[in-house]
Amino acid sequence: MIFTVVVHASPCQNAAPESALRFCKALLSAGHTLHRVFFYRDGVFNGNQLISSPPDELNTMRAWQALAEEHSIDLVICIAAAIRRGVLDSTEAKRYEQNQTNLAEKFNLSGLGQLVEACILSDRVITFGGQG
Amino acid sequence: MTSLHTLNQAPSNASLMQSCLSSLQPDDTLLLIEDGVYWLLDTHRAKFPIALNIKALRLDAQARGLLPLVPEVDLIEMDEFVHLSVTHDKIVSWF
Amino acid sequence: MNAPKNILLMSRRAPYGSSAARDLLDIALTCSVFEQSVALLLLDDGVLQLLTNQDPQVIQQKNLNSLQSSLSLYDIEQIYVDADALTHHGIRHSELHLPVTLLNKVEISQLIANSDVVLTV
Repeated sequence: MIFTVVVHASPCQNAAPESALRFCKALLSAGHTLHRVFFYRDGVFNGNQLISSPPDELNTMRAWQALAEEHSIDLVICIAAAIRRGVLDSTEAKRYEQNQTNLAEKFNLSGLGQLVEACILSDRVITFGGQG
Repeated sequence: MTSLHTLNQAPSNASLMQSCLSSLQPDDTLLLIEDGVYWLLDTHRAKFPIALNIKALRLDAQARGLLPLVPEVDLIEMDEFVHLSVTHDKIVSWF
Repeated sequence: MNAPKNILLMSRRAPYGSSAARDLLDIALTCSVFEQSVALLLLDDGVLQLLTNQDPQVIQQKNLNSLQSSLSLYDIEQIYVDADALTHHGIRHSELHLPVTLLNKVEISQLIANSDVVLTV
């Protein structure tokens, strides 16, 4: 079965991204396909390369990268939500005249169309969110 | 079509649970995750309809010290979470 | 091309205190661009998104009412409101900004059951 996982919450303040990660790993272990992970709202912070976690805590951003590396997962960050929150790749940094970038490798900025397309192409869509 | 409903907020958010419960159809399942697992405590659980299919994620219950307090039969592993999302036609998230 | 899906967008959050209402509308407009059948369901505090006479310029926010008015241009006509939530807040149907369909709890449950995908904001 083809799944898409949607994440709405920041990894620093909310359990939702870690639940989403565990769900992704479990569905892949069961032999299902993960079409895309789409990060919306504060979920875009999952792709902030500058997040530094204490050594004895999970770094969720790196865990997403490792998952993408191992299973070729499409990690898509909503571009409009990311620009508002300062998660930028070099193209957007240039466009908005910012002199720094912080989008982690393996993540891509793209539009909400990627969420809707994923809804069309997937058998199941599951959202992990938080309050706010 | 059947739905798997997930709910991740603690019992002080009663209106969230109220809206979730009233949207359940007879063959739906409610899965408590994250802080939603506290709803399994006896005093809260007593408010649920008896016929409700209710489960909670073992990892989240264990992490929060609930294992001795909640019925073993209600707890499921991550692979069963995935299985439930396959056996129901869609997933509705309450948060 | 796959057959269009019935996508239900559900929100129970009040506007302005968070970006939920605006983020919901952004998804709705995108669904319409992709020619999917999209419905909005406002529950609990979500019904407050539709109050008329909003004047958020005074707090430097964009007016949701104008964005909501554009929904019909995108052929988004299915807007459902939790009738109990209106009663809870003491708001009359006539005080809402858009033409909406009021649903009771059973009808809400059926709407969710009949949708292919449910997205919560």
